[in-house]
Amino acid sequence: MPFKRYVEIGRVALVNYGKDYGRLVVIVDVIDQNRALVDAPDMVRGQMNFKRLSLTDIKIDIPRLPKKKSLIAAMEAADVKNKWENSSWGRKLIVQKRRASLNDFDRFKVMLARIKVRYRGEVLSSKSLLNLRSKMRLELLIDAIFPSLVGLRQSFFFCCH
Amino acid sequence: MGNFRFHQYQVVGRALPTPSDEHPKIYRMKLWATNEVRAKSKFWYFLSKLKKVKKSNGQVLAINEWLSSHLPRFLVALVSLIFERKPTKIKNYGIWLRYQSRTGYHNMYKEYRDTTLNGAVEHMYNEMASRHRVRYHCIQIIKTATIPAKLCKRESTKQFHDSKIKFPLVFKKVRPPTRKLKTTYKASRPNLFM
Repeated sequence: MPFKRYVEIGRVALVNYGKDYGRLVVIVDVIDQNRALVDAPDMVRGQMNFKRLSLTDIKIDIPRLPKKKSLIAAMEAADVKNKWENSSWGRKLIVQKRRASLNDFDRFKVMLARIKVRYRGEVLSSKSLLNLRSKMRLELLIDAIFPSLVGLRQSFFFCCH
Repeated sequence: MGNFRFHQYQVVGRALPTPSDEHPKIYRMKLWATNEVRAKSKFWYFLSKLKKVKKSNGQVLAINEWLSSHLPRFLVALVSLIFERKPTKIKNYGIWLRYQSRTGYHNMYKEYRDTTLNGAVEHMYNEMASRHRVRYHCIQIIKTATIPAKLCKRESTKQFHDSKIKFPLVFKKVRPPTRKLKTTYKASRPNLFM
């Protein structure tokens, strides 16, 4: 299995340890075997150990040591933010963050939304009419109490996965 | 840019004025030491080896620290501190040193790639300790300089002089994002493939 993600100028990496944890940075130059000079639009250019970086699949086209303005322009051109947020890795991180920021009420709503989906699934597969009626009754009850749930279900399921 | 153990100081001193010599020559020295007190002590150590002056018949006129962090230029003029000129630029540093080994004194020339001189010197002290078992007090830095890429002598620095540098990271060290989440036992073996 050959390597696919290389340390190279323009490689986008995620910081996985330390003060800048969770930030996307661009490798702008390599200092030596263990360290790179990294840059991001909202931070001062600095050195970082490779142990703190997780390389991503995204690579942008920049010359060695670009100016901040041209770095930002290159990141816009390559659409790093959207590519990241649509990648499975990026999506997972967003979902994790969303879940961590739920308050108790949100978690209650998520629980109800899960019940709804489960019962809907069981309704579709259930053969007994009696069962059907009681489950749909429960679902209607949830919908009546939390009408806002109906629209928000999508985003909460995003959370649940 | 990080806490360095070795701070760079600029120490300025001269012999005390005497009736025979009203204005003795002022000498300036750049040193690395862990603190100011040690820097002044090192200053007299070196100066008395070079000139006929001792701590008892001399005075330190100024001692300033040479910091390696980033500071906007207009502030540098206001404050009487000295800063590294461009801490975001990677430079090749050559360090000439004289060190004492178990059998005698030797000279050495070492090269380091770093963004700041303080970082390179710290790297040097760590490397001398690991490779040659030489401690801080047995090393005297003769000279430091930024070397342009053409004049670098060591292969290990020259291999990074490549504008299209590209290499894979061979294995991924799986690490919890904070020390707090560290556990002695894990449920499954980590996957080290990058």
